[in-house]
Amino acid sequence: MLTEEQVRHVAKLARLKLTDEEVKKFAGQLSGVLEYVDILKEVDTEGVEITSQVTGLKNVMRKDEVVASEAKREELLACSELEVDSNQVKVMNAIK
Amino acid sequence: MQLNKLKISEAAKGLREGKFSCEDLMKDCLVEISVRNKDLNAFIFVDEKMALAEAKEMDKRFKKGEDLGSLMGIPCAMKDIFNTKGVKTTCCSPMLKDFVPPYDATVVKKLRNAGMVMIGKTNMDEFACGSSTEHSCFGVTKNPYDLERVAGGSSGGSAAATAADMCIYAMGTDTGGSIRQPASLCGVVGMKVTYGRVSRSGVTAMASSWDTIGHFAKSVEDAAIILNVTAGKDLNDSTTPDVEVPDYTSFLGKGVKGLKIGIPKEYFGEGIDKEVSDKVMEVVQKLEKEGAKVVEVSLPMTKYAIAAYYVSMPAELSANLERFDGIRYGKKPKEKAEDLVEYYFAARGEGFGSEIKRRIMIGTYVLSAGYYDAYYKKGQKVRTLIIKDFADAFEKVDVLIAPVSPTPAFKVGEFVDNPLAMYMADSLTIPMSAAGIPSLAVPAGMSKSGLPIGLQIIAPQFEEGRCFMVGEVVEKVQVE
Repeated sequence: MLTEEQVRHVAKLARLKLTDEEVKKFAGQLSGVLEYVDILKEVDTEGVEITSQVTGLKNVMRKDEVVASEAKREELLACSELEVDSNQVKVMNAIK
Repeated sequence: MQLNKLKISEAAKGLREGKFSCEDLMKDCLVEISVRNKDLNAFIFVDEKMALAEAKEMDKRFKKGEDLGSLMGIPCAMKDIFNTKGVKTTCCSPMLKDFVPPYDATVVKKLRNAGMVMIGKTNMDEFACGSSTEHSCFGVTKNPYDLERVAGGSSGGSAAATAADMCIYAMGTDTGGSIRQPASLCGVVGMKVTYGRVSRSGVTAMASSWDTIGHFAKSVEDAAIILNVTAGKDLNDSTTPDVEVPDYTSFLGKGVKGLKIGIPKEYFGEGIDKEVSDKVMEVVQKLEKEGAKVVEVSLPMTKYAIAAYYVSMPAELSANLERFDGIRYGKKPKEKAEDLVEYYFAARGEGFGSEIKRRIMIGTYVLSAGYYDAYYKKGQKVRTLIIKDFADAFEKVDVLIAPVSPTPAFKVGEFVDNPLAMYMADSLTIPMSAAGIPSLAVPAGMSKSGLPIGLQIIAPQFEEGRCFMVGEVVEKVQVE
């Protein structure tokens, strides 16, 4: 079971602002999902390798050549809603 | 003749015989949209002027004697997760409400090179997370067969647009069933390809080791024609292997004589509507009459697939959606922030809907210190065993046939506040996603209450051809 305190902690890790109502709702719903996935404990996975790539590709390399980006710098900068200065997106202070 | 009702194969023929123009074809689709979209909400964005201009351009090129192949001049509906240059791509999230991508996804580019004309963008669950298209900031997509019911999801808009003849075909994505389930609920053909068969570049990522790009069509032949264009290696997606792309239409007309079809018993038991399993078995019996050999097989790991998925997928999703911070992408929050961290919290708190928040939370939790081994690693090991299940089955049979959705389309609102019950809608489609194998959803008939029922033809990796070979016969035996 997830407590409301744990929900707040996970939300902090995920950088999500939640309302008190959301915290309450998610505590119940996420507990339900986590209880459900506990069914995995039934499976004997002793000596079984993990799968993170299904077609078996490994270390896909290409020639180290500069390929022009299809989108122009200005177009990419325009994807941001924030002010742009000297080709950089202006953000708030990270350190006070 | 309403041209919007045509299949790709028929429209391509008509255009070349000069029976109608690309503009005529597009106009009929636009008329259908103007009549039905207010009820169905399949399209969230249509630019009539642009669509007609693109169609006219293809007419001009036809006149010049150019021929770009079967998709030339054929109207396509695009799930709003594919980047389309200069055209808003929102993923149906408040976060990307005003996002206009500066480039086309690889698949969009390939289709454009083949002469595709785009009608517009279709509705979906936010960031492709859902099984009903109810988690969209543009509202739910309704089922063309019953407006009180869902079209399925996450690619519900593309499925409904195809089923309602508002387009000739449509593009979608399938991570755990997001093409096959809505195709089944709306009574159209839906192709989920082998992982890596079609490039994911320029398509917003949900769960990177599961995501596949596919399509909706009105016939199995059409589905093969589309894959001929979209499949293949892409330097911008390193997970697309250098596996030869055959002419998928060459698998049509071969029949099923001598073919071994496996019936996985776990897909016909508890939790599956009897009407659904009966309909699927009816079709299987007809395939037997056509000369196929039918054998029962077992995929014992089936019941663990949803659990493995709901560990691995949210983990990957939470990592992928990190980039939506209101800085590089995403809406600037309304709430005033005092510093950068507060800004992140506000942008993400305002920009994501409930289901996305839920999944990011699950993903963050299972990846957090102390839980990684118990959940994430365990899930990845179970995934290995699911793959082994299918490998064992394909030692004995050429393809597998199973239902797609445990029930026909459910009612709007039925599961919206019960996420776990909603997740079960994908119980029969997730295992193939776990194994990265192809599966083609094909209509198998109608329920007594008049709702479509679908079956899926499942093949080993990169054997999409077998899906088309069997799928065509599945269509044929139902007409006879």
